[in-house]
Amino acid sequence: MIESRSWSNRLFNILNHSLLFLFAFLCVLPLWNVFSVSLSGRAAADGGFVSLFPVNFTIDNYTEIFRAGVVYQAFWISVQRTVIGTFLNLVLVVLTAYPLSKTVKEFKGRNALMGYVLFAMLFSGGLIPWFLVINQLGLINSLWALILPGIVPIWNVILMMNFFRDVPQELDEAAVIDGASHWQKLWYIYLPISIPALATITLFAAVGHWNSWFDGMVLMSNNTQYPLQTFLRTVVVEQNIQSLGIDMSVMEQISNRAVKAATIFVSTVPILLVYPFLQRYFITGIKLGSVKG
Amino acid sequence: MTTMQASNQTPRWERLRSYLSRSGSLYLMLIPAIIFLAIFHYYPMYGVVIAFQKFNPGLGFDKSPWVGWYNFEYLFAIPDLWDILRNTLVIAISKIVLLQVAALVLALALNEVRSIFFKRAIQITIYLPHFLSWVVLGGILIDMLGSRGLMSSIFRSFGFDPIMFLGSNETFVPTLVITNLWKEVGWSTIIFLAALTGIDPTLHEAAAIDGASRWQRILNVNIPGIASTIILITCLNLGGILNAGFEQILTLYSPAVYQTGDILDTYVYRAGLISAQYSLAGAIGLLKSVMGLILVVTAYWLADKFSGYRIY
Repeated sequence: MIESRSWSNRLFNILNHSLLFLFAFLCVLPLWNVFSVSLSGRAAADGGFVSLFPVNFTIDNYTEIFRAGVVYQAFWISVQRTVIGTFLNLVLVVLTAYPLSKTVKEFKGRNALMGYVLFAMLFSGGLIPWFLVINQLGLINSLWALILPGIVPIWNVILMMNFFRDVPQELDEAAVIDGASHWQKLWYIYLPISIPALATITLFAAVGHWNSWFDGMVLMSNNTQYPLQTFLRTVVVEQNIQSLGIDMSVMEQISNRAVKAATIFVSTVPILLVYPFLQRYFITGIKLGSVKG
Repeated sequence: MTTMQASNQTPRWERLRSYLSRSGSLYLMLIPAIIFLAIFHYYPMYGVVIAFQKFNPGLGFDKSPWVGWYNFEYLFAIPDLWDILRNTLVIAISKIVLLQVAALVLALALNEVRSIFFKRAIQITIYLPHFLSWVVLGGILIDMLGSRGLMSSIFRSFGFDPIMFLGSNETFVPTLVITNLWKEVGWSTIIFLAALTGIDPTLHEAAAIDGASRWQRILNVNIPGIASTIILITCLNLGGILNAGFEQILTLYSPAVYQTGDILDTYVYRAGLISAQYSLAGAIGLLKSVMGLILVVTAYWLADKFSGYRIY
C-alpha cells in the first residue's frame, strides 16, 4: 500500500528505524565487547580498557587454549552427543508421531496412548527422582546419560503429529489401494513431504543438545567427561581456569580474563556457524507451532 | 450350538487378524517411545515416593523407611519454603510481564519497517541470544558486569562508582529480568509478527482513506487485530509462573543473593544433589510438580476457552 509522504510519516520512519537499530546494537554489544576482550593483550584486558575493539590485538588467547588441548576432549564429547542424540531424537519423533497421527478407527487405543505420551510432558517426578533413576540405571559418567533421558522430545512429537495429520488423505488412500504398508507409507509418502518440518526439528534438537550443560554437570562426576558447555561453565562460572590445562608459565604472560572470553567463543563457534542456516527454518517452526484450527 | 459358536468366533478372529495385519505395525512403532517414557518419565514419577520416606540410596524407592507427611510438616514449619516460593513468583511474573510487553512493542515497531533487508538484518541480530546457552550468556554477563567489565567502565566514565549488579539483593532480580529480556525478547516477537501478517490489508487501506495516521492505525487496527494472540499468550504464560529460570539463576547467583534470587529449582538442586537431603528436596520438587501440573492444565484450558487453542 502507498505510504503517505507527510513529514510526520517520515519522522515516524526515521525514529522507528533508529530505535530498532539502537536496540539491535545493544543486543550484540555484550557479545561484541567480550569478543574484543578475547582478542586483546594482557594489560588492556586486565586493566578493563577494552570496549568496542580489541586493544593490542593478539590471537594468543585462542592459540594457548588449543595448544593446551584439554578443550578438544570436551568438544568431542559434545559433538558425539549432538550427532547421536539428534539422530535418535529424530527417529523417535517420527516413530511416535506417525501412529498417533492416525484416527481411533484406524488405530485402536490411540487416545489412551496419546494420553500416556501427553501426561509424561505435563507432569514430572522432578529433579531428584530423575537423578536417582539415572544413577540407579548405572548411566552416571556415560555418554548415554546425556542422550537417553531426553530421547523422546514430546513437544516435537506433538508438532510432528500435527504435521502428519495435515498430509492430504488422498495420498494416503492412493497408497493403501496400491497395497502399501504403514512402513512404506511413512517412508515414501509422509517423510518426503515432511522434510521442512524434519529439518526444523533436527536443527532445534541439535542446538538443544549442543547448549545443554546442566545434565553434564550433575551426571558426569569429573570434568574430563564434561561436554563443552559444562566444561565452559567450570571455566567462566566457577572461574576454574586451570582446568584448561594451560601451563602456569604461559598463564603469567596472558590475561585470565581474555582467556575466559576466548573459551566462551570457542564453545559458541558451532552455533554461530549454523545460525545463518537456521534462519530459513524459523518460518516452518512458527507454522509447526502455530495455533491449530 | 457348537457350529454356531464356531461361526461366531471365526469372523472375530479373522477381524482381529486382518486388523493386526493392517494396523499392527502402528503399535510396533510406538514401542520404543513407550519403553523410554516408562523408564525416564514414569519411573521417576513413581520415585516421588521419596517425599514420604526417609530416602536411603542404598535401599532404593521400595525399601526406604516411610515417614508419612513428616518432610512436608518440616518444610511448612521452616521459613525457607515461603521465601523461595515468593522469590520464584516475583521473578517469574516480572519476567513474563516485561518480556511480553516488550516483545509486543518490538513486533509492532518491526511490522512498520518497509525495507525487507533492514527488517531481516534486525531480526537476525535480535534472535541470536535465544540460540546461546545460559553458560555462554552468563559468562559474558559475569565479565561485562564485573569490576573490569564494560558496564563498570561506562559507570566510571560518567563519574559514578560501578555497581555490582550480580552481587547485591537490590539489583540481582532486576538484572535477571533484564538479561532474560535480552535473551528472549527477539524470539518472542515471532508469534506477534506472524499474527500481524494475518491482518487484512484492506483494513489499513480503509483506515488510511479515513485519514488515520500511522499511530492511529497501529492502535486501532494492529492491536485489535492481534488481540486474540495477546490473550492466548497471556493464558499460556500462566503455566510458567513457577519457572523462574533455573539455568539462568544457577549460572548467575551466589550465596550473597540467595535472599532474593533463590528459587524452588535452585533450592531443590542444592538440598538434593549438593547436600544429599533427597527426601526434603524430593518433597519440594513434588509440590512444584503438582502445582505446575495444575497451572499448565489451567493454562491450556483457558487458552482453549478464550482462543480455541489446542495443542493437538
